[in-house]
Amino acid sequence: MSRSQSHERTTHFLFLAPAFLILGSVLLYPGISVLWLSLHRRLLIFDISRFVGLDNFAYLMQDARFWNAFGNTLYFTTVSVSAELLLGLGVAVLLHRAFRAKGLMRTVLLIPWAVPTVVSAKMWEWLYNPDFGLLNYLLGLRINWLGAPALALHAAILMDVWKTTPFVALLLMAGLQTIPGELYQAARIDGASPWMVFRTITLPLLKPVILVVLIFRTLDAFRVFDAVYVLTGGGPANTTETLSIYAYKVLFQTLQFGYGSAIAVTVFLFVGLTSLLYVRQLRGVTT
Amino acid sequence: MAEIGLQDVHKSFKDVEVLRELNLTIKDKEFFTFVGPSGCGKSTILNLLAGLEAVTSGAVFFNGENVNALPPGDRDVAMVFQSYALYPHMRVYDNLAFPLKVKKEAPEEIRGKVHGVAAVLGLEPLLKRFPRELSGGQRQRVALGRALIRRPRVFLMDEPLSNLDARLRVEMRAELKELHQRFPATTVYVTHDQEEAMALSDRIAVLNRGRVEQCGPPEEIYGQPATLFVAEFVGSPPMNVIDGSLLPHLPVSPSVLGLQDEGNLVVGIRPADVDVLSQEETGTLSAQVLLIEPTGNNTWVDGLWRGMKLKGRAVPGDPLTPGRPGFFRILPDRWHFFHKTSGRRVG
Amino acid sequence: MKRFGFFAGLLLLTLFCLGPLVWQLITAFKPTAELTTLPPLLPSRPTLNHFAAIFAGHPFLRIIANSFVVAVACTVLSLAVGSLAAFALARLPIKRKGLILALVLCGSMFPPIATVSPLYMIIRTLAVRDTLLALILTYTSFALPLTIWVLTHFFRSIPRELYAAARIDGCTAFQSFRMVMLPLAVPGLVATAILVFIYSWNEFLFALTFTATAASRTIPVGIALFPGLHEVPWGEIAAASVVVTLPLLGLVFIFQRRIIEGLTAGAVKG
Repeated sequence: MSRSQSHERTTHFLFLAPAFLILGSVLLYPGISVLWLSLHRRLLIFDISRFVGLDNFAYLMQDARFWNAFGNTLYFTTVSVSAELLLGLGVAVLLHRAFRAKGLMRTVLLIPWAVPTVVSAKMWEWLYNPDFGLLNYLLGLRINWLGAPALALHAAILMDVWKTTPFVALLLMAGLQTIPGELYQAARIDGASPWMVFRTITLPLLKPVILVVLIFRTLDAFRVFDAVYVLTGGGPANTTETLSIYAYKVLFQTLQFGYGSAIAVTVFLFVGLTSLLYVRQLRGVTT
Repeated sequence: MAEIGLQDVHKSFKDVEVLRELNLTIKDKEFFTFVGPSGCGKSTILNLLAGLEAVTSGAVFFNGENVNALPPGDRDVAMVFQSYALYPHMRVYDNLAFPLKVKKEAPEEIRGKVHGVAAVLGLEPLLKRFPRELSGGQRQRVALGRALIRRPRVFLMDEPLSNLDARLRVEMRAELKELHQRFPATTVYVTHDQEEAMALSDRIAVLNRGRVEQCGPPEEIYGQPATLFVAEFVGSPPMNVIDGSLLPHLPVSPSVLGLQDEGNLVVGIRPADVDVLSQEETGTLSAQVLLIEPTGNNTWVDGLWRGMKLKGRAVPGDPLTPGRPGFFRILPDRWHFFHKTSGRRVG
Repeated sequence: MKRFGFFAGLLLLTLFCLGPLVWQLITAFKPTAELTTLPPLLPSRPTLNHFAAIFAGHPFLRIIANSFVVAVACTVLSLAVGSLAAFALARLPIKRKGLILALVLCGSMFPPIATVSPLYMIIRTLAVRDTLLALILTYTSFALPLTIWVLTHFFRSIPRELYAAARIDGCTAFQSFRMVMLPLAVPGLVATAILVFIYSWNEFLFALTFTATAASRTIPVGIALFPGLHEVPWGEIAAASVVVTLPLLGLVFIFQRRIIEGLTAGAVKG
């Protein structure tokens, strides 16, 4: 009859145990061992495994292809996230009102988000097709979107903007809904212009949500792999090769597990630092 | 049935001490109420008794047995919450049956008990409804029924009437008292409403900042408040409090009562013990009438006397006018004296 | 005029969101000969040839079945494990809850590319390469942080007293989870289930790395590596895209509100 409360405490831990087990073995352990791997020269086919310290990272610093991938990733992240945020904000403000088809509009916005990334990449590859693509036909042009080094990365960015802007807009709409309507009424009674209302009420109150969206999107964009890999494979001439793609190729095409892991670790570090930075900002906003 | 003992109970959350030095015995079948302002720790006591929280130090006894280590389900207590906490996904029938189902009682037995309780509380027509389809008063009854059905050792009630409107609250109050008389069981009740506490309880403990200020039957709490806090908290309208420096102007001398140190006294007098007249008499305090509040059976009068506000009761048929003088006649032997610094009752 | 502008905006937005998909749909029904000529925009005579081809020529059904098994198993596993943990973090007296939740959130920021190499080696060692199990476990670990995060919010929104009442009514912590908290969290569970299902249905990097044959290949890999003899079979790819996207569109149409609730549970309410 009498189960003691310390016994209760162990049962409480049992609720968390399965999650800890899975997260520990399939997420945390690999996350740590990738650091260990990155300190090795490891070639999977030849069974070579040798501890080399920071050699991989030293080599990384001189690897032009790494810096190219780093630059591509940074460019992709900055441009796509800013475009998505600005467009998303516009869409959210446009839709933040009562109208009959609002539910339907939300569904429409969810669709690009739900389409598998690979499907959307194939879809856009077809739209970008230089000979039979719809885009060239509609614009009356004959541009090789994915074949021209100056264009390919922008084409990838456009695809990402298509897929993610609606998602950003949905999150921002939810954020707008948490701002009490009385505030707008009060501001209008005080004679504020729509632009002033947006700047002095909407934007400051929306800031926490904007920051959260920025975190999500920045981290996602920086890790980008499937969208670009399927669309261009990193080409032409590595102009669309992101860090994840470069790491993947080194890992699974040349099977250099040590060096590939070192590239992956840089993604890891960047993601960690960025989220730290954002969380700092967020804490400043909410307190 | 059970007698509850609290021995040296302390409870803190992080660094905040919410209960200290709690020593009490709640007798078997007693209707015992903890009353106090919000934040005084009264709800925490119920959580400790229920086993929802653990004491920081000290011990809780049921019938002399230390229950500190018993989880809530094994304490054989039932609780009625302010929000009722009815399970929204279950019909009234299943809400009532739930504690019995958990104990794995036989279905026929459960059915009998549910209908029994439903009959007592008049819930039979509602058994098939969901909680969201009930009125506030009906929900309250279901919550009571879910507690009653278990025939627990102890009933715990956390402000169960606070969410009802004023009229229903008075009705349910009477019903609760009747239920307790019909099925006497140890009941620990928590409220911030001193009137409710007075009306329902065998004994009351007045809590202030985690400490018991006074514990006793309602008449004692009202008639002989042990501290200035109790005196001001219990009774409506609240007691007039007069500083000891004004004693020379009052028709009472504490030295007659054997009290010294007049400067360190506070004098209390309940508005109900003060008649307000339109004509002066010997021993009346002459004041200026500020406000007249008729409430039906009583008419309360505020007067300004020596820079302070006094409240008294108008005598029926004696007309008073705001702005005109009123004469406050204090009934003899109704004075309360408190030590100014400690707040304790003297004399 | 203002109203007109608003509706023009809606129209433009709809066109932007759905246009590319509609083009893919049209492509799927176009005869092969018309794929390489523009105009006409619409097929002169719609054909089902591409759909027939993907089911006849390739192990496409097997691939769809794989995706389905992986997505369902991952959803069930994530929900079972995640709801237990989320309930504990929302209601049980556990020390350092805030820290645990923060660490879980960090988990959702893990870049997949950073764990793919060690996981690949583990999978090779355990000889589970090219099996669905490898994918299920990996996806579950990546879906768990989000699951726990979203469900913790849902459990917290259930009044505290209901858990207390269940405990006093005689339930153990687990019984009150199963009989009271879980039934009340159904909307949250549905929302989370859909998010996890869509994630596992769409995942590409791990699927590409851990699968080798049609035995375990999932839809995204199947479509990315679509076999073509001489030229890219755009019609068949379009048909396959339509087939695998339809179930998701169904989910989106039915559960629009729930999905948005799930997406915003962690982000907007803080």
